[in-house]
Amino acid sequence: MSLQQRVDSDQQLARLLQIGIVLEEVAEARANNHRESLPEPDADLESLLVDAAELSAAHRDRLEGLIDELAADSIPFDEINALVEASYGQTKPDDFDGVLYDQLCNEETAYKFYDDMIDAIDASDATFSVDREHLLSVLRELRDAERDAVEIVTTHMEERE
Amino acid sequence: MNTADQYLKAIYLIQQEDNSPAATGRVAEMLDVSPASANEMIGKLESRGLAEHEKYKGVSLTDDGIVQARDALQTYCIIERFLINVLDVEDFRGEAQALESVIDGTVAERLDTIIDRKSECPDCFDPELDACGCLDVESLEEAAAD
Repeated sequence: MSLQQRVDSDQQLARLLQIGIVLEEVAEARANNHRESLPEPDADLESLLVDAAELSAAHRDRLEGLIDELAADSIPFDEINALVEASYGQTKPDDFDGVLYDQLCNEETAYKFYDDMIDAIDASDATFSVDREHLLSVLRELRDAERDAVEIVTTHMEERE
Repeated sequence: MNTADQYLKAIYLIQQEDNSPAATGRVAEMLDVSPASANEMIGKLESRGLAEHEKYKGVSLTDDGIVQARDALQTYCIIERFLINVLDVEDFRGEAQALESVIDGTVAERLDTIIDRKSECPDCFDPELDACGCLDVESLEEAAAD
C-alpha cells in the first residue's frame, strides 16, 4: 500500500494513463449522448458538446502517444462507448442544466486527474521509459486545456441563469 | 485519495473487524507505516473531529469520520471493480493499493458510471479478502492463473 501520492513505476504510470484515456472516452461518449438526446434543439449547447467531444478525442490521442512509448495497450473507444451506452439510461441528465452540470463534472474530473497525476510524478524520483519532461509537459497542457474547458462550461451556466 | 482518507479507511475496517476501537499498532501495520507516523496522523484526525483516541484502548471514528471513511472505502471499491471490469487486471488488489493514493473520489465517481457495482457497496467489502465480498475472487484468481 502506498500512502505517498507518487508514481513509482512504468506499470503504475501506464495504468494511470489508461485510466486517463478511459476518463476522456467517457467524457466524449457522454457528450455525444447528451447532444443526441437533448429535450429540444439548442444550437449553443450542441456546439459546446461537439467541442467537448472533440477536445476529449484530442486528449485521448495525446495520452495514447505516451502509452505507446511505455509499450502498454490503450483501451479501444468502442469498448468504453458501449459501457457508457449501457449505463446512460440510468445516468442521463433530465434537462439542459443537468447536461451542463454533467459536462462540468467531466471537465473538472479530468482537470483533477491530470493535476493529481502531475503532483504524483513530481513527487517521485523514479525513472520512466518515457521522457519525464515530455510526459509532464503533455500532462500540463492537458490539465490547462481542461481548466479552460471548465471556464467555458461555467460561463454557459452563468449565461443561462 | 489522500493520506488522511487512507487512515480513516484502515481505522474503519479494523473497527468493523474487531468491533472495538482500533489499536494504533494495527493501524500502523495495515498501512505499513511506523507507529510514530500512525500516532501523528491519528492526532491530526482527532484535531479535525474525525476520530477520538483513548489511551490504552485505541482510536474510534466519530460520525463525521465514519462518513468520510465509507466514502474512501467506496472509492477503493470503485478502483478495484474498474480494474477488473474494464481493464481486466489480474492483480487488481495490488494495483488498487498502488493507485488509491493518486485516484481522487471525484475521478472514481466518473469511473463508477461504467462499472457494475452493487447497491450494498461499501458494506459488502471483505477486509480479509481485501475485495468486495460479492466478487468471486477465487474464480478471478483461477482465470488469471490459466
